[in-house]
Formats: sequence, structure tokens, C-alpha cells
Amino acid sequence: MIMAQKTVLRKPKGFIDVYRHKPGAEKDRTHYCPGCGHGIIHKLIAEALEDFDIVEKTIIISPVGCSVFAYYYFHTGNLQVPHGRAPAVATSVSRANPDSVVISYQGDGDLAAIGGNNILQAANRGENMVVFFVNNAIYGMTGGQMAPTTLEGQITTTTPYGRNVKTDGYPIQVCEIINQLTAPVYVVRTSLHDMPNIRKTRAAVRKAVLNARDKKGFSFVEILSMCPSGWKMDSVPAQNWIKENMIPRFPLDTFRDISEDTPAIERPVPVMDPDEVKKILGYSVLSDSNFEKNPDAALEKVALRVAGFGGQGIMSAGIALANVGMEYGYNVSWLPSYGPEMRGGTANCSVKIQEDTIGASECTEPNLVIAMNQPSLEKFEKILVPEGTLIYNTTLINIEPSRGDIKVYPIPITGIADELGDTRVQSMVNVGAFAAVTGMFDPGEIENLMSFLFKGKPESVIKLNEKAVRKGYEYVKENFS
Amino acid sequence: MPRKLMKGNHAAVYGAILAGCKAYYGYPITPASEIAESASALFPKFGRTFLQAESEVAAINMVYGAAGCGQRVLTGSSGPGISLKQEGLSYCAASALPCVVIDIMRGGPGLGNIGPEQSDYNQVIKGGGHGNYKVIVLAPNSAQEMCDLTMLAFELADKYRNPVFVLTDGVIGQMMEVVELPEPVTELPDKSEWAIYGTADSRHLINSIYLDHDDLEQWNRELMKKYAIIQKNEVRVEEYRMDDAEIVAIGYGSSSRVLRSAIGIARERGIKLGMLRPITLFPFPVDEIAELADRGLKGILTVEMSDGQLVDDVNLALSGKMISDLHNRMGGNVPTALEICEKVSELYGV
Repeated sequence: MIMAQKTVLRKPKGFIDVYRHKPGAEKDRTHYCPGCGHGIIHKLIAEALEDFDIVEKTIIISPVGCSVFAYYYFHTGNLQVPHGRAPAVATSVSRANPDSVVISYQGDGDLAAIGGNNILQAANRGENMVVFFVNNAIYGMTGGQMAPTTLEGQITTTTPYGRNVKTDGYPIQVCEIINQLTAPVYVVRTSLHDMPNIRKTRAAVRKAVLNARDKKGFSFVEILSMCPSGWKMDSVPAQNWIKENMIPRFPLDTFRDISEDTPAIERPVPVMDPDEVKKILGYSVLSDSNFEKNPDAALEKVALRVAGFGGQGIMSAGIALANVGMEYGYNVSWLPSYGPEMRGGTANCSVKIQEDTIGASECTEPNLVIAMNQPSLEKFEKILVPEGTLIYNTTLINIEPSRGDIKVYPIPITGIADELGDTRVQSMVNVGAFAAVTGMFDPGEIENLMSFLFKGKPESVIKLNEKAVRKGYEYVKENFS
Repeated sequence: MPRKLMKGNHAAVYGAILAGCKAYYGYPITPASEIAESASALFPKFGRTFLQAESEVAAINMVYGAAGCGQRVLTGSSGPGISLKQEGLSYCAASALPCVVIDIMRGGPGLGNIGPEQSDYNQVIKGGGHGNYKVIVLAPNSAQEMCDLTMLAFELADKYRNPVFVLTDGVIGQMMEVVELPEPVTELPDKSEWAIYGTADSRHLINSIYLDHDDLEQWNRELMKKYAIIQKNEVRVEEYRMDDAEIVAIGYGSSSRVLRSAIGIARERGIKLGMLRPITLFPFPVDEIAELADRGLKGILTVEMSDGQLVDDVNLALSGKMISDLHNRMGGNVPTALEICEKVSELYGV
């Protein structure tokens, strides 16, 4: 004998029992107009969340549009977001809470106009989220303006003569566009215009939220929905209008369904333990040497410009010098000339090495210039302070410096590097020459630092650069003592 | 203490990691790109999120989402990108979401250039988006401070549930200096009262709609109260050679670095120049600057890399008791120490 079951009419548990966020007295009904599709879609979602027992782990992103107030209703985590940005917000919400079910609920203006790029990019990344795209071919909230999905000839408040495809473009078929992307797992278009189609929509909603629960990736459900107020017609004609006018332009179809064969997305667990953080940042292997400064150095404070062609190791020479300075316990700074000039052409950097706290990092009045090519010599010789020091690369510069009030060190820097068999070691020839000219650094100590300066480089590279430092140093000692 | 020679932009990312920042969302732009690059290299090593967003607008909205989920979250950009982020920042401030934004200022307006400037001052300090709100603004002037103030930014963001800017210019971002790396934070604040974790107890609402006019006014008044507390508690300045100063220069970021050099030269010439450097731009050091008017100074000179945006606030603080002079450079040019000294001599006859 079959017992008669008592039917209990109640809201699905996906809804808040009393809509307490909703202002006004009517806290038991939605703000949507009679005949609107949003209420049906909300109910299908709320019911699915209850049936799959995922209400508590669901987070719903409310857009701008009529469903801006979706958070009134769903008993889930809720974020209300800027116009069009729901997929961007859903992205970081999903990344932050990888075990949650994240739903981006959007209308046609929000998703396909102002947020067009955001939806494509979230889909393309295959974010683990469900997008419910409510397509009613009009801007409902703002009072019935043209949407990207407004049909050809359709009259709206901003297409009073009907949508003219020659000036307004064509209604955008979003599913078809999303379906061009590789990552999405489920792309479907359904409709609310009659019960059989509502049932199909129900199935699509349930499949999509299950995909999110099972971390399958990006599911996209476009739902053709009635907007009697915006369309200025009664509910039943609105349903017929979908059937007769929208479906021909927006064919109902399952464009893609590969969720079965798609593995679950795995996200890493963030490392937050302080000791582990320090280990990964390499605290134990960071610099801590304190070489003894040379009290008899020719210079006790350096404001250096290194300049030459891109590719001459200008930047790396400066960084190496600043690193060595740091190991001597000096205050150091290094400032590149940055931007497009780095790409070919000339490059220069400023290096300061001194006992006191450093003020300006750009050396506008350097006391030392290393000029690796002729334009650099011409440009930077001029700004040297009186009694300043100029090191210049005689391999590539065949003019003499013009100033008489400076100390000059003509050195075949490129030539020395080439003799060592690799023109790239010019930067370390410069480091050696700098050590000899200023007396600030000991070449032996620089050698001790080579494995630090060339961390991760093969031994042969380290040895070659070590030689380059020595050669630069010796050239100065032998020729200018 | 472990130390490392690093660019300001890299140091800021280290600061974020040390502060327990779990996610970076950003879009490339010179001269801030190293922040994104450095984050892309570092964050995955810690199982934390790095995502190159499709746009500046998407990036700030991703920040909004992550912040709403209680994560410490960072983004970085420069002038044109900050302009694009302003709507999202207004939402973050309106929804009381803590987050950190680094702005490495470049030359403007328009596409401008990628040289250093300080012309985002107004759009950042005054709350460049729509509506009544403020963001806390920290202004580092060294690689060390890029690390330290980024850490502080996360702390203040959580303390006040407010967006915090780390505002500096291309020079500080691109410059390498020695950074002594601090200890990582050991404990992150509890946000379970409001943050969304996708659990039964965290079904909160992150929202900035108040349809009722009185409700929205009330919320605005609460925000004003919060900003007043921040103004009272969080002003930070650096004073340099102020004890016997007869002329005081005011500047932040790169300008303050050049000022330090200028003071060195001025002092050699017997000119008693000192510096007041705002480290916080909101809260602005109103009292500290107002007090200068009672010192019997020969003059106050504001040095900035913008069109008088800073000097306006200095003069507002001085309330007409004194008027600050202005020395400024723009277009990617940085004032030089000599240039400032000459200006001081010319203006004040010293």
C-alpha cells in the first residue's frame, strides 16, 4: 500500500528564510517584477544548493543590474560587485576559497557589454566557477535601454527607432563566443519560456553547480529570460516573445559538455609558517660578510656613472660594485637609466658607495665616470666634478678626453675582455679597474664574493669573471702606478 | 640581520610575502612591472596566488574579491593604471575591505612618460574614485622602506579595514639599495566577523549599497569617524637637521632623497636648511607642518615632482600663518641638490 505523502510547501534552504537585507516591509517576497525570469532562476539555484547540500559552501557574486540584490535572497556568502566585474571578483574568491562553490550571476549588459573582457578571460582561465548569464535582451534595472543582446529592430529606450545593426551592431551570441575557448567545461543555452524548457534549465543549473562542487572548472549557463516590464508586455506574451523572437537568434543548445572527462582543479596550500618563509627566501644564505674598509683608499666616497652601449655589461658592472660595497658595510645605491633606452642604444647607471646615508641616488655630479663608448665619454665627462676621475675604454674610444682638471685612466676594457675569450666579462674588468683606481676594494675579497655574485652560474663562468677582475685590477696597477 | 641588494619594487614584494600576503593580482605597467614580475616569481614558491589580470580594472576587482575573503592581497601599478583602478578602490573603501596598492608614479598626464614623477598625489591622497572616502597613504623613500612600509601597509589595512597605498615614484621603485630583511609576521588578524570563507559561519555580505539615504549618510559619517581616528593616530614624519633649521624644506619620496643631499651642500655653505618629510600623506602631518609657522623660520620650501599638488596641502596646514614656496620639476625630471640650494639662496637671500 502506498502511503500518501504530505506535500510541504516551503522555500528551498538555499534562500534566507526572511529576507532581512531587503529594505521595506515585504521581507517575504522578491523585488523582481511579476513575470520576470529572475525569480525562477533564483529558485532553481536555491533548490539545487539544498539538494546537493552545498548551501553553506556557496558564495554568490551579485552584479549590477536587476539582480544587484540577489544577496537579499541567498543564504550563502554574498559579494555585491562593480558593474561587469563579477567574473574577476569570482576569480579571486574561488582562488581564495578553492573548496567553495562560486557563482557569478550576471545580466546581459553586465556580462556582454561593460564586462565583456572579464567574462572571456575568466572563461579562458578555466576558473572554477559557474556563470549564470540571464539574457533578456534589455537593460532592466536602468529602465529598458539597449543591451548587447537586444534583437535587430527591437525598440528600447535608447533604440526608439529599433536596433539598427548598421549603427548599433548585431545581438551578441555569447555562448557561441565562449565556445571558441579551450578551457570551459560546460557551455549551454536554455530558456524559461515554458515548463519543458524550465525543466531543461533546471537540469543545466544542477549540472553547473555540481561541476563547481567537483572543481571541474568553468561552467557557463545562458538563460533566455522574460522581462515584461522592459519589453512593455504582459507575462504570457513575454514568454511567447522569447519563443518567437529570441530563440531564432539565440538557439538553445548544449554547446559543450566535457566535465565528465575533466580532472578536478587542484590549488596549492599557501605556505605561511615564518620559518618556512625565511627558508624559501634564503635568509640563511644572504649576505652577512663585513670586509675591512681600506683607510688609505684614494676615494672614500663614490658617486659613479657607468655608461656605454646596451650589452656592454653597464648595469651588471654597477650592480656588482654595489654588491661589493654592501659587503664592505658601505651604504650603496644603484639607479639605472630605465625604459626604452635599455633596448639597444646607450645605457647608464648611477652607483653611490659611501659611509653616510645616501641622499639622491642619481649621480648628477659624479666623482667617477666609466665611459665604455664615445657618446658616453662625451656626455658624462662634462658632468664630472673638478678633480674627478675618468676611466674610459680605449678599445672603442679613439678620442682624448677634453678636460684638463680630471684624472684619466685610459684602459682597453673591451680588448682585455676579448683577450680572455668572452666580451661579456667587460663588466668585471671594470670592477677590477674600479678596485685599483679607488683603492676601496681588495681584489682578493672580490674573488671571495664571486660565487655569491654569480650564484647559479657554472664554475667556468665564475672562474672567467674572476680572471677578468684580476686583469682589470692588474692593468691599472701596472700602467698607472 | 640578513641583507640583500634589491630594487625598491622587489623589496615591496618581499615585504608583502613577509606580511603574509596570500595573493597578488596585477597588470604590467612601467615603471611598476618589476612588482608583478617579482610576485610572479615569488608567490608560487609559497603556494600563494599570482595572477596577471586581463586589465587594471579586473586586477582591482580581484583584489576586492580576495580582500572580501579575508586574504591579505596586493596589487601594483602606476599613474594610468591607478586611474583605471579608482572605481574598484571606491568599492573597496566603501565595503571596508583591507587591501594594499603600490603606485610607482610616472610622468603624466595622459600617456606621459615612464620617468619618475609625483603627480598621482591628488588622485591617490584625495581618494580618486567616486564618493566620500579616503585611503591611507604611505610614502617610502628607500628600498628598505619599500619593504618595511609595505609590511606596515598590510597591518594598517587590517587595523582600519581600509585600502592602503604605498605611494612612491619610478626612482625609488627602480633603485637598488641594501635591504635588511625583517622577520615574517607570525600571526594574522582574525577576520571571521566579516570575511567570507565559503563556510556555514562565514556567510557574510560584502556590499556598498545603501538605498536608504539616511543609512548611507550614517555609513559616510562612520567612515569620517574612522578617518579622524587615523588622522589622530597614524601620522608619521621624518625630521632631518631640524633642530637648528632656519629654512625648512618639505618633500616625500625621491624629492626627500634629493633634499637630504641638498641639505648636505647647504650646510657646507653655512645655510641652516632642514627637512620635514611626510611618511604618511594621508593622514597628512597637519599639526607638524602648522607648528613650523611658530618657529620664526626664514622660509618653508616645498619640493615636489608635480604641479603644486603637495604645496597646496602644506599651505592648507599652515592656514595662512606662513606660505610655503614651491620648487618643482615634472615630466620625468628629478630636482637636483644644487638646483634646490640655488633656489633656497635666491628665495631667502642666504
